[in-house]
Amino acid sequence: MLLIACPFCGPRDETEFRCGGESHIARPGPAETVSDERWGDYLFNRANPKGVHLERWLHGHGCGQWFNVARDTVSHRVLAVYRMGDPPPKDLTP
Amino acid sequence: MKYSLLGLIKGAGNHHKDWPAAWRQPEPKPAYDVVIIGGGGHGLATAYFLAKEHGVTNVAVVEKGWIGGGNTGRNTTIVRSNYLWDESAHLYEKSLKLWEGLSQELNFNTMFSQRGVMNLAHNLHDLRELNRRVSAIRLNGIDSEFLTTEQVKAFCPIINTAPTIRYPVLGASLQRRGGTARHDAVAWGFARAADRLGVDILQNCEVTGIRREGIRVTGVETTRGFIGARKIGSVAAGHSSVIAAMAGLRLPIESHPLQALVSEPVKPVLDTVVMSGAVHVYVSQSDKGELVIGAGIDAYNSYAQRGTLQVIEEQMAALIELFPMFSRMRLMRQWAGIVDVCPDASPIMARTPVEGFYINCGWGTGGFKATPGSGWVFAHTIAQDRPHELNAAFTLERFSSGALIDEHGAAAVAH
Repeated sequence: MLLIACPFCGPRDETEFRCGGESHIARPGPAETVSDERWGDYLFNRANPKGVHLERWLHGHGCGQWFNVARDTVSHRVLAVYRMGDPPPKDLTP
Repeated sequence: MKYSLLGLIKGAGNHHKDWPAAWRQPEPKPAYDVVIIGGGGHGLATAYFLAKEHGVTNVAVVEKGWIGGGNTGRNTTIVRSNYLWDESAHLYEKSLKLWEGLSQELNFNTMFSQRGVMNLAHNLHDLRELNRRVSAIRLNGIDSEFLTTEQVKAFCPIINTAPTIRYPVLGASLQRRGGTARHDAVAWGFARAADRLGVDILQNCEVTGIRREGIRVTGVETTRGFIGARKIGSVAAGHSSVIAAMAGLRLPIESHPLQALVSEPVKPVLDTVVMSGAVHVYVSQSDKGELVIGAGIDAYNSYAQRGTLQVIEEQMAALIELFPMFSRMRLMRQWAGIVDVCPDASPIMARTPVEGFYINCGWGTGGFKATPGSGWVFAHTIAQDRPHELNAAFTLERFSSGALIDEHGAAAVAH
């Protein structure tokens, strides 16, 4: 079970959170210029790395805020927590 | 050698000391016509059908650990074909038909037991959905029937059908031809049969890279050196994204842990497979007497082959609600496998934009039942360089064309 440091509430049990999947996915646009392949890539394709994963989490049973987590998908170690809109830590960016 | 009753009796006379190895341990050749990445059930079945149905025998199966040590040895062994959409129904029914003759075909006892698979309904929506499903399945020529609460109780007397429980049992669908099989035996049976047809099974041989010339693959880098290949089939389940990235591809796949657990062995008490989506439980009893219980996936991406306790806690609460008599049973083992979850809960078995590179992935939480069928159509896809009609819809392109095969309801439990 993970201990996640919510940037607003501090360290809390994993069961208070929901994982929202890969972070930093930008919606392509304007819509009429986006090909089906590009749109399908945006909707469905994911990096799914074995190692550092940048992902969104929601503190649903807490402050209700979204934020970003950098987590290792093999050790489950939380490597960094940072706010929505912030760039990922440089040393963790693939 | 062919296994038989006579052989077993002869072996007994010698305390079973002289059985030959079931497959060879060959050194890798410099090159093969086809290299299959992943020595699980699907990969071994693919190699077997390549050799048997298509005469392609210069084949290697490369496996990073030991064969059947991944999801093949970690699932809850359920076999069924009660799928809603035509594409899936035909694919899984082909697989179930292959299961029905598999022990004979492989000369290896897969312990396939058609004890029935029952899916419970706990509310009005479940009931309507089950009725729709039963009708759709029957229209595809597959056996399926609806059971009332009384019929559920008669078919499986230990289920708590009291109307006062939180999620009462209002009915069920039943596929009598469904059941369970011994998962290890499936891997071993396919491995032995493929080996006899000339397929090299290379264990402890991890793929570390895929070599390409332009848009064509030329072979795989492995921990046992470079192995040339005209065609490569990736059947790597939870590691499909990792393998695809080596070939320069992105997949619509995310890897999650899926947990299962077994109880202490007890005398026969449950002679069918019971699944329930609303309370989330699926359970059967193994031939050893253990209850085999499956949980849901953990919500976050992981390659760790372990899950979290709260998932099991919910799982056990659901089990005990349905089967109060299990409340004091002890659990012996718990584990997780890494499943490759696709957005539409249907697999991908297809060619890719990289020439000579084929993928078979996205089986998510329900790949075991498809083992023979998956190998059968994937062997066709690789050998003929085009899909069989049974897997023509299971392409990568469906994620840009929009022709998804939405089988989220098919797991019969909400993952």
